[in-house]
Amino acid sequence: MDQLLNDFSPGLFFMQAIILLILIVLMRKFAWKPILNSLQDREDGIKNALESAENAKLEMQNLRADNDRLLKEARAERETMLKEARELKDKMIEDAKTEAQEQADKMIAQAQASIESEKKAAMAELKNHVAGISLEIAEKVVRTELSNKDKQLQLVETMLDEKSLN
Amino acid sequence: MLLFRKEIMIAKQSIKFLVVLFTLTTTLTAFANGGDHENQHTKGNQVDSPDEIREYISHHLKDSHDFHFYSDNATGRHFSFPLPVIVWTSEGLRTFMSSEFHHDDAGHVIVEKDGVKLTKIHSKIHELEAGAHQVKFDEYHHAVNAHRVLDFSITKSVFGMLLAGLLMLLGFGALARSYKKGHVPTGIGRFLEPLVIYVRDEIAKPNIGEKKYRKFMGFLLTVFFFIWILNLLGLTPLGFNVTGQIAVTACLAIFTMLIYMFSGSKDFWAHTLWMPGVPYLLRIPLAIIELVGFVLIKPFSLLVRLFANMTAGHFVVMSLIALMITMKEAFGPVTSTGMSLVLALFISVIEILVAFLQAFIFTMLSSLFIGMAVEEHDHH
Repeated sequence: MDQLLNDFSPGLFFMQAIILLILIVLMRKFAWKPILNSLQDREDGIKNALESAENAKLEMQNLRADNDRLLKEARAERETMLKEARELKDKMIEDAKTEAQEQADKMIAQAQASIESEKKAAMAELKNHVAGISLEIAEKVVRTELSNKDKQLQLVETMLDEKSLN
Repeated sequence: MLLFRKEIMIAKQSIKFLVVLFTLTTTLTAFANGGDHENQHTKGNQVDSPDEIREYISHHLKDSHDFHFYSDNATGRHFSFPLPVIVWTSEGLRTFMSSEFHHDDAGHVIVEKDGVKLTKIHSKIHELEAGAHQVKFDEYHHAVNAHRVLDFSITKSVFGMLLAGLLMLLGFGALARSYKKGHVPTGIGRFLEPLVIYVRDEIAKPNIGEKKYRKFMGFLLTVFFFIWILNLLGLTPLGFNVTGQIAVTACLAIFTMLIYMFSGSKDFWAHTLWMPGVPYLLRIPLAIIELVGFVLIKPFSLLVRLFANMTAGHFVVMSLIALMITMKEAFGPVTSTGMSLVLALFISVIEILVAFLQAFIFTMLSSLFIGMAVEEHDHH
């Protein structure tokens, strides 16, 4: 201990204190501050870069999911559209068929009706014609027959019979 | 491009500086060699007896006033360069070069400066009392008519500290500048950056806490690299033993103490001086114990640990090298040299680890104490 105290040099202590103090101040200013700041900046930069990479990855995933979803939706839509179109086509064909049928039916009906009416008209005309002819014949017959009284009565008689038969 | 040119300029300047330093060193060596010192002839030719070895080792462990590479005792030539001596004597400040002592360390050479007689005894500069012409020693080899002076000399240790400081400023300055060019450091910075990150993430952050560590980084980083570089310089043949000087470690420990005392939080002082949850009668002795612990014991443990480890390391390495001489008679020159070489190499490798370890432990404990002082207890 005595040896230690004897070896202790106050002057060296003082010089060391001064040198250490100056060294701390100089190193702080010229070395540690810029070094630690740069290290901090770099570490922050790396951290930010990693975070943004992670974010970008997430965004990419979201985007891909979105794309997938959109694709699926589009596919589904196309599916439905195709289905609708098919249905529409079927319906149109069906409709056209029905309409055509109706049209045809109507036309047939009209044709029948007109045939009927034509027939009637023809019949009426024929009747008229026949009636006219009959009248003429009857006139001629009556003219000849009316010269005889018996014959006239007979005629009335037959005609009446005929009439009743009709 | 401009920045690059500037870098080259700075590099050139530092090379120029080193060249100047080197030239200065060599000329000073030549200068120191110039003088022939009679008193050295009285000594033996070689350091070969156990007493001489012990003397040599203890001399090395102390601080010295000149930068000594080696001595040729046969011719009395010393290969060294002098360092400035700055002393505060009873008559005021005196400055001269240490070469004026002519490597005398036993109080034989007396340097007279404006009425003050100075001499060097065991690496300490003493001032002779008025009227005395020669140092008188008592039986314990203590000078009776001389007293020690306040010595602000640029001693070998101070020179080592300045060198370490310069190295740190150059190295870490380069690292700091290299960030201006990009996020990744270049050159020496690639080696230094992980060390800075290590101190920040492994020493400061876990002990002080994420929020408050930043304020103390300047001190912790400086102290860590200062101690480490000086420890490593101590392992070179230049023979620095800066961190083995008790004044140096004491100064470092006192810095730590002042920092944690002045940055102590309210909680820290409350717990130190008036411990809650303890009977009132016990609080006063507890406060005394805590205070003594923080003011004396913790800094003392810091300073002694570093001092003792580094001194012991130097002592062991030098003793093992000295085996070569002390074991020569018992085992013959080849065996003793081989043994000494292998053992010294082994211990030197361990010392490289210890150099780092002691810097780490000092910084670690400093940050631990700072962490204790700044801690906020949120459970009240």
